Amino acid sequence: MSIMKELSKKVLEGDIRAASRLIRNLEDQIPNTYIAMQEIFGKTGNAHVVGITGAPGAGKSTLTDELICAYRKKGDTVGVLAVDPTSPFSGGALLGDRIRMLRHAEDTGVFIRSLATRGAMGGISKAVGEAIHVMDVLKKSKIIVETVGVGQQEVDIINHAHTVAVVLVPGMGDEIQALKAGLMEIADIFIINKADRDGAGKLYKETLNMVNMSKDNKNGAQGWRIPVLLVESVLEPIKFAESVEALRDKIDEHYQYLIDNDLLSERMRRKTTAELNEALWGTILQPILKDLHADGEINRLVDKLLTKASDPYSLAAEVASKYMK
Amino acid sequence: MSNRKIRVLLAKPGLDGHDRGARVIARCFRDAGFEVIYTGCHQTPEMIAAVALQEDVDVVGLSCLSGAHNYLFPQVAKLLQDKGANDITVIGGGIIPEKDMAGLYEAGIKEIFTPGATLDSLVEWINNNVNPKE
Repeated sequence: MSIMKELSKKVLEGDIRAASRLIRNLEDQIPNTYIAMQEIFGKTGNAHVVGITGAPGAGKSTLTDELICAYRKKGDTVGVLAVDPTSPFSGGALLGDRIRMLRHAEDTGVFIRSLATRGAMGGISKAVGEAIHVMDVLKKSKIIVETVGVGQQEVDIINHAHTVAVVLVPGMGDEIQALKAGLMEIADIFIINKADRDGAGKLYKETLNMVNMSKDNKNGAQGWRIPVLLVESVLEPIKFAESVEALRDKIDEHYQYLIDNDLLSERMRRKTTAELNEALWGTILQPILKDLHADGEINRLVDKLLTKASDPYSLAAEVASKYMK
Repeated sequence: MSNRKIRVLLAKPGLDGHDRGARVIARCFRDAGFEVIYTGCHQTPEMIAAVALQEDVDVVGLSCLSGAHNYLFPQVAKLLQDKGANDITVIGGGIIPEKDMAGLYEAGIKEIFTPGATLDSLVEWINNNVNPKE
């Protein structure tokens, strides 16, 4: 058996280190890793993927830590992909998210993996999409992706998460900031963290105003009303835990909303399209991709993926052989 | 030719809250191009071993200034061996008396760095002794 097939077999058996190694192969772009992913792809698509994003120091890791507790309490198993930036100078990275999540180290229902961005500019790393699949076949029911500390523009998480929570903290700017495009548009849920601090009330009102202006809210019962949740001091553990449990329930409510309104397939389609794009990029060149988008072939390929009739790697090879005669 | 980036877990086992040294090393490893998972103080060997597997690291760097290295370091090495991860290189640093070193090497600690060791010597040791597998 080839190394890659053996690796995917171990992953499917639930071997944590093999899973982490597979994610590493994806990060290091080891040739033939796609062979392992081919074995896995057909079994993915079961987990609820939750994105946690926001500015550096907003409290994403601490919230994630408490959210893990909240989900474990409910009987969910949890995978966490925690992304931190790669140094543009040395290529190294200090991955410090999991220092907030140490209490889960020995819980076998929780698998936390740190990733460096490796030069990707969208707030996550290139390997995140496939790392989600790996967590998925480990049968984690909730997969939390914690982005790097983001600014206004790093919104790639929307290609991968079913539910995106944007963490805001007081003191970052006036209401014009809330009207800007980018980060403020992608939230399914807003979290005002550190709500015991000065300026939290004002931020809450401004965020609420912004949410009330959005088109979705005019659709009445049809639309998802983006909730704005207040989370207070971690120094009061019981209160903190309660507000994060409320967050958990909102996240799950959003997932249920997507299912009930047949919107999940739309998000899945967005995610799957992004993945197929990646695989094609790795195999062939941009002009061919442009060509594909132009004649609509890309939609027919995505359909095949949604039915699990194939996997992105095989399709990429097909297209490549057609163009590279 | 390996394309791998070296991944290092830096941790402080046991009841020792002095992590300035470990942080300096974390920063130094970052600048050397390694991916460093830093998990800080007050950890049990079990936690460290679990994290090492979840993160698929090549090296576990343990720092201990409290004098409990003779239990803590070998225990981490043993737990990793028990889990079939004897390919992970365990190194240690801190206030380690000369007379304890032989025992630690025997327990599977590959190198010990004591006060006075330069940052460059650490990076060099890792670059020379750790070769991540495909």
